[in-house]
Amino acid sequence: MQRQLANMKQTLFDQGYLDEQFIQLEELQDDANPNFVEEVVTLYYRDSARLIQNIEQALEKSPLDFSKLECLMHQFKGSSSSIGAKRVKSECTQFKEHCRVGNADGCKRTFQQLKKEYATLKKKVEVYFQFARQIGPVEKACRSK
Amino acid sequence: MSVTTSSASWKSGDAVSDQFPAGLRVLVVDDDPTCLRILEKMLRNCRYEVRLNNRSYRRTRGKKLLFGIRNLDRVYFVDLVNESKFTTCGRAEVALKLLRDNKDGFDVVISDVHMPDMDGFKLLERVGLEMDLPVIMMSADDSKSVVMKGVTHGACDYLIKPVRMEALKNIWQHVVRKKKNEWKEKDAEQSGSVEEGDRQQKPTDDADYSSSANEGNWRNSRKRKEEEDDGDDKDDSSTLKKPRVVWSVELHQQFVTAVNQLGIDKAVPKKILELMNVPGLTRENVASHLQKYRLYLRRLSGQPQNGLGNSFLGPQDSGFGSISSLNGLDLQAYASSGQIPAQSLASIQAAALGRVTNKSGIVDQRNIFSFDNPNMRFLDGQQHHSNGKQVNLLHGIPTNMDSKQLAALHQSGQPFGNTLMNVHSQSGQSNSLLTQMVQPQSRTQMLNEVGGNPVLKFPSSVGQPGLSQPIPGSGFSRYGMDNNVRPLTYTSLSQPTSVVEFSRSQGMELSGNSIPLTSNSGITSYTSKGTTLQEEVNSEIKGSRGFLPNFDAFNELSQNRTDTWDLQNVGSTFETPQHSNVQSRLDVAPSVLVQPAFASDHRNGYIRTSSVNKAAFSAATSLGNGTNFGQQLTPSHADSSLRIKTERLPDMGFQNSLFPDQLGQDDLMSTLLKQQQDGLAPVENEFGFDEYQLDNLPV
Repeated sequence: MQRQLANMKQTLFDQGYLDEQFIQLEELQDDANPNFVEEVVTLYYRDSARLIQNIEQALEKSPLDFSKLECLMHQFKGSSSSIGAKRVKSECTQFKEHCRVGNADGCKRTFQQLKKEYATLKKKVEVYFQFARQIGPVEKACRSK
Repeated sequence: MSVTTSSASWKSGDAVSDQFPAGLRVLVVDDDPTCLRILEKMLRNCRYEVRLNNRSYRRTRGKKLLFGIRNLDRVYFVDLVNESKFTTCGRAEVALKLLRDNKDGFDVVISDVHMPDMDGFKLLERVGLEMDLPVIMMSADDSKSVVMKGVTHGACDYLIKPVRMEALKNIWQHVVRKKKNEWKEKDAEQSGSVEEGDRQQKPTDDADYSSSANEGNWRNSRKRKEEEDDGDDKDDSSTLKKPRVVWSVELHQQFVTAVNQLGIDKAVPKKILELMNVPGLTRENVASHLQKYRLYLRRLSGQPQNGLGNSFLGPQDSGFGSISSLNGLDLQAYASSGQIPAQSLASIQAAALGRVTNKSGIVDQRNIFSFDNPNMRFLDGQQHHSNGKQVNLLHGIPTNMDSKQLAALHQSGQPFGNTLMNVHSQSGQSNSLLTQMVQPQSRTQMLNEVGGNPVLKFPSSVGQPGLSQPIPGSGFSRYGMDNNVRPLTYTSLSQPTSVVEFSRSQGMELSGNSIPLTSNSGITSYTSKGTTLQEEVNSEIKGSRGFLPNFDAFNELSQNRTDTWDLQNVGSTFETPQHSNVQSRLDVAPSVLVQPAFASDHRNGYIRTSSVNKAAFSAATSLGNGTNFGQQLTPSHADSSLRIKTERLPDMGFQNSLFPDQLGQDDLMSTLLKQQQDGLAPVENEFGFDEYQLDNLPV
């Protein structure tokens, strides 16, 4: 089971959904906070939903306020990078670049892409955490060794 | 928690010196709850590790690891030792309040750069100045410019998000370093501390790599070097105890006066300390305060420049480093001179700062460095401008004046003086013309005027024969800028005194240079005018390159005046002309210098600039524009022939009357020149100045 979990995680990494930062989070997890990573990721999704909404609203304006968009995206990028959401983060970077050059279409396109990645990741980590919780105690025991 | 405990623990903790020192009190401010949660965990983990491995942790158990988590609207402060949340706050302002209320409650602050309700850099400034805590910035943004901004604002370190554990592990080094710098003398455990410090320094190198991503290293070393600069003897004090010195307004004024006296470039903590002669103040206190002050000035000068965006203002912060410092000095000097009401000074500062940071923060009067006076908003643009201009002004003056004069200026301790000095060195070129003109006497007058400006209220300015009256120092600092040109111009007016006149404050006796009137006013107006004028002037100056040097001086005079104090929007019109004059002067050959001054004149169509200056002065006091200017500027010019038409100024609306009379200016310039040669015949008639009123500017 653990191996399954490990494989899941490895896949996520291989596919580029998660990066090193996620490992950092896992390292922070301990007995005192056994579900730390899940907690943080949940927090992220909750908070970033608000940001996504703001960006969406801003994208509907016309003409686009690129500096504001860039600022909003910057926040979102910071959050995403904190949990190691690699693909989401790269979409953020691209979005910011579009903002920088004032490419409205590029922004909108990238944003759609970003939302897709964001949703995909959410599903994947949800599955991962569910699984982890099932085998949680065992894993923890192993880890503490 | 006493510091001693902490130091004691740290000492014993040296064995695990690469671990996060237990009991380090950290305040984290960030608007991203995810990030905060992660940081919290990381910091907690550090402590956790310490707990396991460091037996001395027991001793430090009393210490709290305070954590500020800003979650949307709430800030949670977690006492990590007790693992209990004990405070929730509403905004970043609350974090500041918390810091203020618990002056000794935190050891280090980690703050995000981008936060909705308050800019991270602003918070950084405030914390650094008020509480003298090491502040670490962090952001997902790793662009050099932002990192540089962090450095210039005084951040101890800059972490790139996502923050790694290793980075956090080493933030204690900043606390130690700071304490070492500040506590050189009082250290009972000197030897121990030294060792500790050394040991702690070692991990620092590693920390550098980890704590600052990529760019970190050089930044760290730079930062460290910067911090170490001020604390030469940090080795001995590492008690880590920090009896904070409260830099009250008076104390700061003393400090600024001392710095101005010495010259920003030459101001060393030791000498400042001697000049200040405050019992109980240590050299380290002064050193760290000086460092902050320098950063502040640099920032100020950098801002106006950016804001102005004038071609004249080509030089970046680095270029204007000295200038900006001067500007800042001016303000400070002014403040210290006590002439300016604290409030106005604050506002000026605020304006300047506001401009710099583009923030209209709350003015914290207590905080001399951060004057965010919303009232002074209008000054924002102007402030910078004027500052810059002031520098120019001074710039001009020095050229004319002999070095001794400059020295005299310096003596006055006016910021201007300093600027002058600085400017002087910088604007050597334009001065040939001016130098000739400059009459010692007049110069002093100018200086005096500058200082004496009621608005400015330089304590020493008035009546100081030397150029002690720094023409709005800021002007000088800008020698690169047109503004600087102004001072030169007015000196060239051959009547420094006339310049003095504009220095409104004192009835400067301009010896005869009618032109000085303008210059004085220019200065004052200059300052008050704020950027608008400046910009205009700049542009105009370009056009008016051909003006006679006289005018330059002229303008400068006025410019100077306005610079410093005319944060107010005094007839911005006149300011700009002056500025432009100044500016162009710098760019052009000395002869040209005159012109710029003139340029502004012509803009005003007359010595209006001078009147403007005056107005500036008055403006400073009461935003009165135009009308007052004339009056204020009336330096008690011997000739008094020049009467600045104050009325003119207001009407001028500088912008409107751009280059009103190019021709007139030429004539004026020639006349002025002639005057200079002739000994300052009243220019007014020829130039069309209505009259230069060299009155004491009512400030």
